[in-house]
Amino acid sequence: MSDHELRVSKIRNGTVIDHVAAGQALNVLAILGIDGSEGEGVSIGMNVPSDRLGRKDVVKVEDRELSQSEVEVLSLIAPEASINIIRDYDVVEKSRVDRPDGVVGLLSCPNRNCITNDGEPIASKFTVVDDGVRCAYCDSIIRDGIADHLDVQT
Amino acid sequence: MRQDHLISAANLSRERIEAVLDRAAAIDADPAAYRQRHAGAVLALCFFEPSTRTKMSFDTAMKRLGGTTVDMGTVESSSVKKGETLADTVRVVEGYADAIVLRHPSEGAAKMASEFVDVPLVNAGDGAGQHPSQTLLDLYTIRERAGLDDLSVGIMGDLKYGRTVHSLAHALTNFDVRQHFISPESLRLPRNVRFDLHEAGAQVREHTDLDEVLPELDVLYVTRIQRERFPDENEYRAVAGQYRIDSETLDAARDDLSVMHPLPRVDEIAPEVDETQYATYFEQAHNGIPVRMALLDGLLTRATEGGR
Repeated sequence: MSDHELRVSKIRNGTVIDHVAAGQALNVLAILGIDGSEGEGVSIGMNVPSDRLGRKDVVKVEDRELSQSEVEVLSLIAPEASINIIRDYDVVEKSRVDRPDGVVGLLSCPNRNCITNDGEPIASKFTVVDDGVRCAYCDSIIRDGIADHLDVQT
Repeated sequence: MRQDHLISAANLSRERIEAVLDRAAAIDADPAAYRQRHAGAVLALCFFEPSTRTKMSFDTAMKRLGGTTVDMGTVESSSVKKGETLADTVRVVEGYADAIVLRHPSEGAAKMASEFVDVPLVNAGDGAGQHPSQTLLDLYTIRERAGLDDLSVGIMGDLKYGRTVHSLAHALTNFDVRQHFISPESLRLPRNVRFDLHEAGAQVREHTDLDEVLPELDVLYVTRIQRERFPDENEYRAVAGQYRIDSETLDAARDDLSVMHPLPRVDEIAPEVDETQYATYFEQAHNGIPVRMALLDGLLTRATEGGR
């Protein structure tokens, strides 16, 4: 890891999410449902210099390895992110995020007149399109600020 | 989940459209042959917002097929008033009927409801979303008048909130049609519809002025510019007058132009147009019966064949 990333300490076991777009670290935690209440250690570096992105955020979560579905949803707000699985201080697995075909129950539809905002017993459902996501019910498209529509507390 | 619900015109293939229109033409030619075709079948009419034409035409269509209808009545007199969800309402109603027609003020309502039922469900309008059965009768009317290929179709008025427009635009991508959208800038087609037209490779142009395109049109589909959509009354007045059709406007039109409208109209088509060869909107409304008979016939036949 580079010196910049050492601004927050190395972790023994867990996941380092690197190359997150600057300013999105808290949304990454929100999308993963991580708020520290489970006792896991969480470290965040924000706006650290990056050769690839100029500025980036880095998130380190101790004692937790991300599942494939968690990695997929991350891609919606951090398409450049890389995932490093750490065991006993070593990177044992490194991967880039892949865009999923869709996400369920993760985002709120921005269309206030969409049936998903009517208190019906359904989860929101979005399909992933070229440069955004699209509500599977009302067809509204979100291109910018997807993180603003996360259906979780930040 | 069943695959034969009618939720969005975006899911209508040319083949399915032509099958419905051909069946409608057969019904039109010999309605008596269909009079007892679905005797004993029941259609549920679930209208969560007011409707005159659509509701009456589904009611009439079902009865002309020999079936009957059950009507949940107004929202004020139904369990919805007690806070029942739409999901619960349709799950109850599917036990009463062989098919459901749903109108609802929220976009995506029909899609959601279809996930909870195992009888065919027809979207009869979901907010500003879709109105695919209207589109089928629009296409039937266009086909009767001008065919469905090598056409220039102008669609004018409230393109942003007009669900009939959204459905028609999607359906026309199945045919060789040049689509011209004419509206004030503030009421242009929503982004998701423009996205779909682009993805479908449709021939599309947008205009703010009807004069730019009127002489080349085979069909002019007019919709009401909805006063209630404008935050400012002056802003409404400024645009509404530009989108009113009268005899003088039509001087520049081709003689065989068909002027269509899903109705109700307010003042966007002057009454004097009614007596001209252009007026097609009442014929269009009447076509709702054979087309909805054809649609229901297809759905109920498949439901029967499917073992229900």
